[in-house]
Amino acid sequence: MAGADISGGMTGRASGDARLRPYLGFIWPALVVCTAVIIFPWLFTIWMSLNDWHIGSERAFIGLANYANLATDRRFLESIGHTFYFTILAVFLPLVLGTMAALVFHKKFRGRGFFRALFIMPMMATPVAVSLVWTMMFHPQLGVLNYLLSLVGLPPSQWVFATSTVIPSLILVEIWLWTPFVMIIVLGGLASLPIEPYEAALIDGASQWQMFWKITYPLVLPFLVVAMIIRTIDALKAFETIWVITNGGPGTASETLNVYLYAQAFAYNQVGTASAVVVVFFAIIVALSLVLLWARQKAKWT
Amino acid sequence: MSQSISRRRALQGAAALGGLAAPMLNTVTAYSQSGAFNWQRFKGQAIEIVMETGPRADLVKKQQKEFEEKTGIKVGLEIIPEQQARQKTTIELNSGKPAFDLFNIAYHVQKRQIEKAKWLFDITPWTKDPQMTPAEYEFGDVSKPGWDYATQSDGKITSLPMFVDYFIVYINKELFAKKGLQPPKTMDEMMDAAAKLNDPANGIAGYVGRGLRNANVPLYTQYLSGWDQQTTKGNPPELLTDTPDAIAAAEYYKKILTSYAPQGVTGFNWNECQGLFMQGRAAIWLDGIGFAPPAEDKTKSRVVGKVGYILPPAGPKAHHSVFFGGGAAIPDASPKKEAAYMASLWMTGRQMTSRMLQTGGGVPFRSAPLKDPAVLSQLTIPKEWADCAAGCAPISMPGLPVIVPVTQFRDTIGTALTNMLAGADPATELKRATAEFKPILDKSEQG
Repeated sequence: MAGADISGGMTGRASGDARLRPYLGFIWPALVVCTAVIIFPWLFTIWMSLNDWHIGSERAFIGLANYANLATDRRFLESIGHTFYFTILAVFLPLVLGTMAALVFHKKFRGRGFFRALFIMPMMATPVAVSLVWTMMFHPQLGVLNYLLSLVGLPPSQWVFATSTVIPSLILVEIWLWTPFVMIIVLGGLASLPIEPYEAALIDGASQWQMFWKITYPLVLPFLVVAMIIRTIDALKAFETIWVITNGGPGTASETLNVYLYAQAFAYNQVGTASAVVVVFFAIIVALSLVLLWARQKAKWT
Repeated sequence: MSQSISRRRALQGAAALGGLAAPMLNTVTAYSQSGAFNWQRFKGQAIEIVMETGPRADLVKKQQKEFEEKTGIKVGLEIIPEQQARQKTTIELNSGKPAFDLFNIAYHVQKRQIEKAKWLFDITPWTKDPQMTPAEYEFGDVSKPGWDYATQSDGKITSLPMFVDYFIVYINKELFAKKGLQPPKTMDEMMDAAAKLNDPANGIAGYVGRGLRNANVPLYTQYLSGWDQQTTKGNPPELLTDTPDAIAAAEYYKKILTSYAPQGVTGFNWNECQGLFMQGRAAIWLDGIGFAPPAEDKTKSRVVGKVGYILPPAGPKAHHSVFFGGGAAIPDASPKKEAAYMASLWMTGRQMTSRMLQTGGGVPFRSAPLKDPAVLSQLTIPKEWADCAAGCAPISMPGLPVIVPVTQFRDTIGTALTNMLAGADPATELKRATAEFKPILDKSEQG
């Protein structure tokens, strides 16, 4: 606020500075805290990533060698692929299903409050506990999911125990956990919509689908984008469900960047390599955020 | 705290006056006394112990009072799950100021890393000192593999061996009897038995074992031991994971798990295997020796009284049981090493390890408890299990290489094994994994 005041005002720069001076001292507490908890750890991480640093061994400065190794590390490159695969599905499907759920729960019917509450329950559960339950359900012989498949005459699936089905199976857990979250945001959006366009559309004889596609969807889009941004960040960071259910396996088939990072840092004690992964991960997140922010600008009501 | 300092000062004074006769002791400790071993010698101190969650930690917790009364040393016990405990101890030891005075070291994972970093206190002089170690401790009773684990490559003893984990075969006797089969003695017999017992239509697997990356490596090294080979040899260690014998063992691993194990075994760790076996839905299960108590627990298992505990089958070239193990170690940075040493003597001594055996919580590196009728009569699980443990000792072979990046080794070789279960060729996979791991191993041995 103060910054805008100075640059926007007609007063000269010098007098602006003079007006500001008594208040400069107030910056210090925030500056110190930011430096201590954000800037310093960041710089330290970057510095660690330039070192060959294994817990229990001597540390040695090796420049960008950690990054060069990552560029040819098959496991690391695959984990980037897994991260994107996982993120795209874990964002897109809850968005679609959450929007549908919101449309349903936006209608008035008996017991709506009760069912809404019921629907939101998964979101309140602890991801680790949920993951443990799902692990049991996924068991190919003793799990309930294959039993359910057998009831409708379908062959059993290997779920998280086979390379080809592991990520879609994990997405199932994500959908179950996070669809309610998308629903809440979209429901909020729906509640804020004006009713006039719908009245006009009805008079003009529009169908339900036309009303949704031409009115509801564009009006709710900004909310969807917000939900998408939050979901994307969450999905990129997803760790508990993957770690608890598959540990990144079978083999490395569900190893995302986060899981790989954890293995480097806490299983292999390779602090240097892990820091390099963090830096790369951060760059990816920043790039994605820029894309999402751009999408948000695009989605604004005009 | 202040009490212990003043006590230390007082004793230092006493030592300076009268303890000149024992100069060797005074270099290690301010405490000195003449005469025999005395449990009460370090009375009044307080120590912190970190242990991994499990039956051994439960036992220490249960008997903690006994130790405190016996020695007058107060014990703070922190019990954390295995993975977190290993992270915690590694990070705290690296910081130079660990908050614990004694912890349980997992030799098969941590040994090389910890000895290279020189984090542990050298207890060699104390083990030879009758004032610090009582005769009742019976060093000779602890097996050679135990002392090999506890002795660093520089010859120093830095921990006391506590328990050993052998790989054994669990069989469902009822299923064996139905088909008129005898327990397998060789790996070929085991393959045959698995083929005959496998009945997927009725939900019965002939065989079950770990397929999950990392966890599957010990199972593989058990097969490999049948070809009389380990995964590395020499010092500095050289990888042996792409030799013809290593490939033959991998082919066995692939065949038995893809032909006679249930769908999805690629993702099985011991708990999935255990679940199937305890439901009576697997005929043969090869895994660590510690799973007898739940299998014999009526509230958890449907195979109580039907489980056979047998030695792992012999391979074409040799007969071994791979083992893993743990001990009690004192950080070099601990200020209360003497009291911690008393606790480690107690934890790894005959009485506590006998109790551990009785509850099925672990097998001691000692042989006396396994032969003692008084101990065996109190077993909470079938005696056949203890006999099996006793039978494993003479044929034991380390199950994992003593190297720094053990976890990375397990992940790399484990991924190759998992890929084989999905159809990949054992020779190609092992050669790729070995080539991938070699630079990591070489680097870890430098500096």
